Amino acid sequence: MSKKISVSKAIGEAMHEEMEKDKNVIIMGEDMGVMGNVFGITKGFRDEFGADRVYDTPISESGFCGMAVGAAMRGMRPIVELMYNDFMTVCADPILNQAAKMRYMTGGQVEVPVVFRMPMGAGRRNASQHSQCLEAYFCHMPGLKVIAPCTATDAKGLLKSAIRDNDPVIFMEHKLLYAHKEEIPDGEYTIPIGVADVKREGTDVSIITWSREVDFSLEAAEELAKEGINVEVLDLRTLVPLDWDAIVKTVSKTHHAIIVSEEVKRGSYAGELSAQIAEDLLDELDAPVERVCGLNITSPFSPTLEDVNFPHPADIVKAVKHVLNK
Amino acid sequence: MAKYSKEMLLHFYRTMVRIRDFEEAAADCFMKGMLAGNIHLSIGQEAVASGAISAMEKEDYMTTTHRGHGHCLAKGGDVNKMMAEIFGKTTGYCKGKGGSMHIADVKGLCHLGANGIVGGGIPIATGSALASKIWKDNHVTVCIFGDGASNQGTFHESINMAATWKLPIVYLIESNSYAVSTEIHRTTNTENLSVRALAYGIPGKTVDGNDPTVVYEAMKEALDHCRSGKGPYILECKTYRHQGHYCGDPAVYRPAEYMEEAHKHDCIPVMRKALLEKKVATEKELETIEEESKQEIAGALKFAEESAYPDPSEATTEEYGTDNERGVAR
Repeated sequence: MSKKISVSKAIGEAMHEEMEKDKNVIIMGEDMGVMGNVFGITKGFRDEFGADRVYDTPISESGFCGMAVGAAMRGMRPIVELMYNDFMTVCADPILNQAAKMRYMTGGQVEVPVVFRMPMGAGRRNASQHSQCLEAYFCHMPGLKVIAPCTATDAKGLLKSAIRDNDPVIFMEHKLLYAHKEEIPDGEYTIPIGVADVKREGTDVSIITWSREVDFSLEAAEELAKEGINVEVLDLRTLVPLDWDAIVKTVSKTHHAIIVSEEVKRGSYAGELSAQIAEDLLDELDAPVERVCGLNITSPFSPTLEDVNFPHPADIVKAVKHVLNK
Repeated sequence: MAKYSKEMLLHFYRTMVRIRDFEEAAADCFMKGMLAGNIHLSIGQEAVASGAISAMEKEDYMTTTHRGHGHCLAKGGDVNKMMAEIFGKTTGYCKGKGGSMHIADVKGLCHLGANGIVGGGIPIATGSALASKIWKDNHVTVCIFGDGASNQGTFHESINMAATWKLPIVYLIESNSYAVSTEIHRTTNTENLSVRALAYGIPGKTVDGNDPTVVYEAMKEALDHCRSGKGPYILECKTYRHQGHYCGDPAVYRPAEYMEEAHKHDCIPVMRKALLEKKVATEKELETIEEESKQEIAGALKFAEESAYPDPSEATTEEYGTDNERGVAR
C-alpha cells in the first residue's frame, strides 16, 4: 500500500524519521521551531523532539551555518535551513570556505555531515532576491554534494541519504514543487545520492534536467508525443556527484541532448553539463547541445516579466524541434 | 607568581620558549626560501597561548587563527607534525594539504583547527559549544581570535547566540592592536573590546596578555564560569605582535613606540628575570629548558626537511568522504 503525499510532507517525513533514528540529528534555521517553518515542514517537531534539537535561530545566517559546521565537526548531524537559497550570499563563508573545504584541508581528518536545505526557484512572484536558482555556485565548490529533486518520492529518499552522508550536502527544494503530491513507497526507503533517474523513456532526443523543470520537460514530452516525437527525460536528481554514466547512456541512445534548467544561463550548471557532453560525447551527437535556461537578467517581480525568465513547456517543445530540425 | 608551584611556572616558561623557538625556526626557513606560501608568526604573543591553554582541560576544544602555531603547540601539538605541515610534507598534521593556516587535530588534541578566514572560526567554535551543551559533556570550547576578527559579523552573530543559549565557550581575544596594518582604534570606538560583553549580557574582562600567570588566572575564571552552565565569557588579552602581519612584512605602518613597548613587555625575558630574581629557578635550570627546546625544534626541522612531499596523485584524494572519485572527476 502506497500513500499519496506532497513534496513538503515527504521532506518533513524524511527529517522526522532520521531524527527518531539518530539523536545527533538536529534542526537549525529561522522559524523552524515554534512556527514549524514558513512552509509548515517542521510543524510540531519542536514539541516532539525538544528545543535542544530544533532551533529557532536569530536572523544570523553566517552565524548559524558556521555553528552547524562546528557542531558537525564534533559529531552532530545538523540539518540547516536557509529560508531561501538566495540568502547564501550572507553565509557564503561557512558553506563555501568552511564546510566544503574542511575535510580536504585537514588531510581527511574531519567530517562535516551537515545538510543545508534551501528552497529555491521562480514562479512565486517573490522578486529579485527570493526567486533564484543558485545551484551553479554550490556545484562549483569542491567538497559539496548538491541534490535537487523533483518528486516527493525522490525528495524523501534523497534527503534521508543526505542526512546520513558524511559530506556536506546542499539540498535544493523548488518552492513550487512543495504542494505536488504523488504516491510514495510505504515504510523505510532511501534513494542513493548520485544516481539519475529516467523519468520518461524515449528515442529521439534526451532532455537532461532537474527540479521543477523535470515536470515541465515531461509536459513538453507529452505534447511532442502527439507529433510523433519521442523524448527521453533524464532527471539528474543529484548534480554533484554527477551520474555521468546515465548521461552517456541517454545521449548515446538519442544522439540529441538538451539541458533544461531555471538558472541564469550565463555560468550555469547547465553550461557545465553542455561543455562536458560537447567535450566527451561529440561523436554521439547529431546536433549541437542546446541549453534552455532563464535569461541573463535579475529575477523580475511582475508576472509578465517573471514568466519569460524560466523555461515553460512551450520553450522546451520549441528547443526539441530546433535540435531535431523540425 | 608566588601562588604558583615551581612546576607550573616552569611549564608556562617552557611553553613560551618552545613557541618562540618554533616560530623563529619557521621564520628562518621562510626567509631562506625553504617554505612555500606565507606564515603568520605569534612571536610576542606567547604568554596568551601559554597561560590560557594551560588552564584548559585536555578535552576542552579550541579553534584558532591564521596566527595559530603557538596555540597548537600549547595544546600539546606534536612539533614534528606541525613543522612538517608548514613545510607541506606528507607527515604533517594535514598531510600537507592544509599548511600553516589549517593545522588541526580534532581527535587527538580536540583542536578544531586554525582558519584562514578572519572570524571564520568563531561560529565553528560556537557550534562545538552547542554540541557540548546538547551532550552535556562538560567540555568548554575556547575560541581564539585577534582584535581584527572582533569586527567581523560572525563575532556578533555567534556571541549573541552563545549568550542566549548559554553555551560553554570562552571567546579569547588576543589583542595585538593591528589588523594587518590598521591600528584597532582607527576602526573601533572603544578602548577595550571586552566591554562588548555588556551588549550580550555576559561577563567580559581585559587583562595583561604578556604575563602567563595573569592570563592563566583570568582564563580559569572564564572556564569555571562556562563549565558551571552560566554561558559564554569574553576574555581579552592585550599583547604585542613583534613581527609584521606575515613573515617578511616590515610593518612600516607601526610607530617605533609600539615596538619599544613590545620589547619592554616581552613575556619571555620578563618572566626569565622574575624567575631568577624570585629564586624560583636557577640560571642552569632555565638554560636547560632553553637548550631542550632548541634541540626539540631542531629535531622538528630535521623531521620536516627529511619528510617527503605528497605524491601529486594525492591532490584528488579526500575531497569527499564517499564517492570521492566521481566527486572530483566531473
